[in-house]
Amino acid sequence: MYSEKVMDHFQHPRNMGEIENASGVGTVGNAKCGDIMRMYLDIDDNGIIQDVKFKTFGCGAAVATSSMATELVKGKNIQEALQVTNKAVMEALDGLPPVKVHCSLLAEEAIHAALWDYAEKHGIKIEGLSKPKSDIHEGEEDEAEEY
Amino acid sequence: MKKIIYLDNAATTRTAPEVVDAMLPYFTEFYGNASTVYELGANSKKAMNEARGTIADILGAQENEIYFTAGGSESDNWALKATAEAYRSKGNHIITSKIEHHAILHTCEYLEKNGFEVTYVDVDENGKIKLSELKKAIRPTTILISVMYANNEIGTIQPIKEIGEIAHENGILFHTDAVQAFGQIPINVDECHIDMLSASGHKLNGPKGIGFLYIRKGVKIRSFIHGGAQERKRRAGTENIPGIVGLGVAARRAADTMQERTAKESQLRDYLIDRVLREVPYTRLNGDRYDRLPNNVNFSFQFIEGESLLIMLDMEGICGSSGSACTSGSLDPSHVLLAIGLPHEIAHGSLRLTLGEETTKEDIDFVIETIKKIVERLRSMSPLYEDFVKKQARK
Repeated sequence: MYSEKVMDHFQHPRNMGEIENASGVGTVGNAKCGDIMRMYLDIDDNGIIQDVKFKTFGCGAAVATSSMATELVKGKNIQEALQVTNKAVMEALDGLPPVKVHCSLLAEEAIHAALWDYAEKHGIKIEGLSKPKSDIHEGEEDEAEEY
Repeated sequence: MKKIIYLDNAATTRTAPEVVDAMLPYFTEFYGNASTVYELGANSKKAMNEARGTIADILGAQENEIYFTAGGSESDNWALKATAEAYRSKGNHIITSKIEHHAILHTCEYLEKNGFEVTYVDVDENGKIKLSELKKAIRPTTILISVMYANNEIGTIQPIKEIGEIAHENGILFHTDAVQAFGQIPINVDECHIDMLSASGHKLNGPKGIGFLYIRKGVKIRSFIHGGAQERKRRAGTENIPGIVGLGVAARRAADTMQERTAKESQLRDYLIDRVLREVPYTRLNGDRYDRLPNNVNFSFQFIEGESLLIMLDMEGICGSSGSACTSGSLDPSHVLLAIGLPHEIAHGSLRLTLGEETTKEDIDFVIETIKKIVERLRSMSPLYEDFVKKQARK
């Protein structure tokens, strides 16, 4: 079902984890649909993404696209990171099954959401970046039920 | 090939070697068409009728009430569409449950588009149909009640006898999809007032592509596949003799070994349930704890998603299934898990393991240890778990 690259990134996700006091954090997706991605960015004074981490609740493709997206933005400047589209993520993974294309969109949105958060925190405006639609702020989700 | 621990016996089963052995001569030696006059054909007919007799015997039915089909889905389609048509002058209302297999639900939706009205009765949190609602749903125009014997996802066994009595008292036909139950639990069509029953060969170590529909004598049902005079003119098409022979042997075998096999399976099932619930936090069991198929386990692991879990289990050689959206081919998780009231995100994290006659305690121990590792790993990757832990810390 999945390409070798997808399986590799699923089994050995790159940059999985969190960054404390990150410059920007974005969470996108919807637990109802079964996919949530959170992206942490550490951006230096020159606007270079020094570090990036992710956490993902979702299927194999969701994990793999998050992992690949982090690789594609690491070390890049903000404008370069904005150019990382879902297509770029998919191509880097040697393609995704048609039903999983939305996972790559989510990865693109997660980067944008993290950049938006960075811009808001620093009171700057990033050319070509609009407010992400599906950004979830912490606490917005209902209290998870316990069993 | 690495060792496989196959825990998806509700999806399909390994065809038993003696079933294959019994089938083989009917491909190469006794290949005659059962509708012919010569002896070669008579051999096929004899073998077919033997299988028919076996199945009738197991169900407490008559031989001429068993009709072979190409499987469970065909049986379900036939039972619903053909009775709907035959009883249309009496009424256009059908009652079923919200947790039926898609072979029933999508057939009902088809009938709705063709002038029939369908009531989908709710189930409780364990997946049992609400009998009071079922009774309330009955109208003068109700012609058929169709409720599955046992659920394929969560294993809940329905109060079939009570449903049969309700149908009988109201003069309504009663069909049950017993694809998961046949061969797993004792079934008697008279005791439960069952008028029609669907079953399939490959769920009980028989071959794929063969099943049957039990139709009580006197039930008006039209032909579904039109053509030759096979199956008392009710189901045309040259009989699948090897499949029928295989189904007969598998059914006999399942009935003969039922007590011992299911005692062993349910013991392993309970061991698996108890340990996972005890050792993996934030986990729930889906389906009824007691009125449950002997081989079915269905968990929801909070904060993780089912497909990821399945891929990781597969990497360890464990075959299971999930009700997550990603495995259902749609954006919604399993309709069964939603019907028992699970929120979407919990339904996405479900895992169904269905044991088989070959499952051992060693297998189950390995599966439990593997589940523990995988769930921990996936939770460490989950933003939902991260939020949960932070919230707990703030409390």
